[in-house]
Amino acid sequence: MKRVAIAAAFFAALLAGWQLLVMRGGFSPVLLPAPLDVALYLQDAWRDGSLTTATAVTGRRLLLGYALGVAIGLPVGLLSATRPFVQDTIGILALGLQTLPSVCWIPLALLWFGQTEGAMLFVVVMGTVWSVIIATETGARNIPPSYARAARTMGSEGFHKWTRVILPASLPYLISGMKQGWAFAWRSLMAAEIYVTILTGFGLGHLLHYGRELNAMDQVIGIMLTIVAIGLLADKALFAPWERFLHRRWGTGAP
Amino acid sequence: MPGLSGMTGALAIAGVSKRFKTKATTVQALDNVSLAAAPGEFVCLLGPSGCGKSTLLDIIAGLTAPDTGTVFADGEPVKGPGRHRLVMFQDSALFPWLTVFGNVMFGLKLVPDLTSARRTEIAMEHLRMVGLEGFARSNIHELSGGMRQRVAFARAMAPDPRILLMDEPLSALDALTREQLYADIQRIWMARRKTILLVTHNVREALCLADRVVLMSASPGRIQEVFAVDLPRPRDVNGLDVAEMAGRIMTALRVHLAPGTAR
Repeated sequence: MKRVAIAAAFFAALLAGWQLLVMRGGFSPVLLPAPLDVALYLQDAWRDGSLTTATAVTGRRLLLGYALGVAIGLPVGLLSATRPFVQDTIGILALGLQTLPSVCWIPLALLWFGQTEGAMLFVVVMGTVWSVIIATETGARNIPPSYARAARTMGSEGFHKWTRVILPASLPYLISGMKQGWAFAWRSLMAAEIYVTILTGFGLGHLLHYGRELNAMDQVIGIMLTIVAIGLLADKALFAPWERFLHRRWGTGAP
Repeated sequence: MPGLSGMTGALAIAGVSKRFKTKATTVQALDNVSLAAAPGEFVCLLGPSGCGKSTLLDIIAGLTAPDTGTVFADGEPVKGPGRHRLVMFQDSALFPWLTVFGNVMFGLKLVPDLTSARRTEIAMEHLRMVGLEGFARSNIHELSGGMRQRVAFARAMAPDPRILLMDEPLSALDALTREQLYADIQRIWMARRKTILLVTHNVREALCLADRVVLMSASPGRIQEVFAVDLPRPRDVNGLDVAEMAGRIMTALRVHLAPGTAR
């Protein structure tokens, strides 16, 4: 409870500081809107549905791309950890492409897919898949060999060994890799939405972009806050339960 | 439980050799090793590090293939791992993502023809056997080293293997915990009469537990001498009889391990 109170007090102080800065004057409201203006914008956008629609559009793109990235990255990472051929090919490719900021995929995505949902999906998948591959591979490689040996003597082979031993044993690495993948997916999607206008759906990035074009700084900051809030919420909803599980079972948060 | 009858669990190692090649050199880990264990016999492999005793255990478990020779378990040649030969490892190899109960259940779930109620029953029975029934829902990281090896013991015993292979399971524990486990292992072995092969470099440990102590020498890994131990059980690792015999074995060890004697 005490920690909740400290966190609440900190954010209240942050807001108060912001409000004081605005009231002191000297800043153009175009550059620094008051917290209340931002709140009003968010309220309006919520009421007229533009915020909820944009969140839904962005959320759908993110979840779809992320799920696809994990679905590809997980098995490829496991293969890369066990098959030297895969490691020497896809493994090296993943290591290289992981260093490429996912924004760099946008020009290519535009040329290949045009201004379509396909381009969005491509960018998110490219942002996710490489770090998931690397994390899975690292995780599977760092399993104490005695786990697999013990499992084999007890009769665990093939699919059973992979799903009941290798995968859960690499969980500490997997969770941090999936978390990193999530962060990359989120960043790349925002970049894609800011750069690429497509007519099949306006996401949060688009709202941010138009906020800038219209000099509506309350909208820009409002959307930024929304993006932060969604990021925090996703962290709590998607990863916190797994991290609690790791903490309970392994006695630590991560390796 | 077939193991209770004492009719199964015969082990025969026939002319097993194994060499490991590294970039610098070739190590003859095992050189024509032959050994037999009767059903229900407790055999200790004793030797310095590098004498290939762990490699031999791996070969019996079916985790490593020998270069030449064959291991027979109940007359059948060993071709791979199988749940009739379970292993206890030095680092316990308990799965941290499962509870204590989940770990004991892991091997049991792979035993066919058991109802899940029966599996639960067997798992709890074995946790009781090692005195940890109160820790069934605990996580592995919450246990001490000695408790972990107890759980590993329960996990290896629960699927009722014919042969139990123990790879220095007690060497990482403190002396007091170890002595407690000597007593437990003896008690459980006397009740269940599994064929047990235990690898150790601790002479007193071998004498406290084994029916026979097999002395091995390093590079090449060979059997040098076999000692029958017919001291009354339960034995005390600090007992005079154990100490007296340990002295004799230590002398033999020095002879076999002295430079120039191992050919």
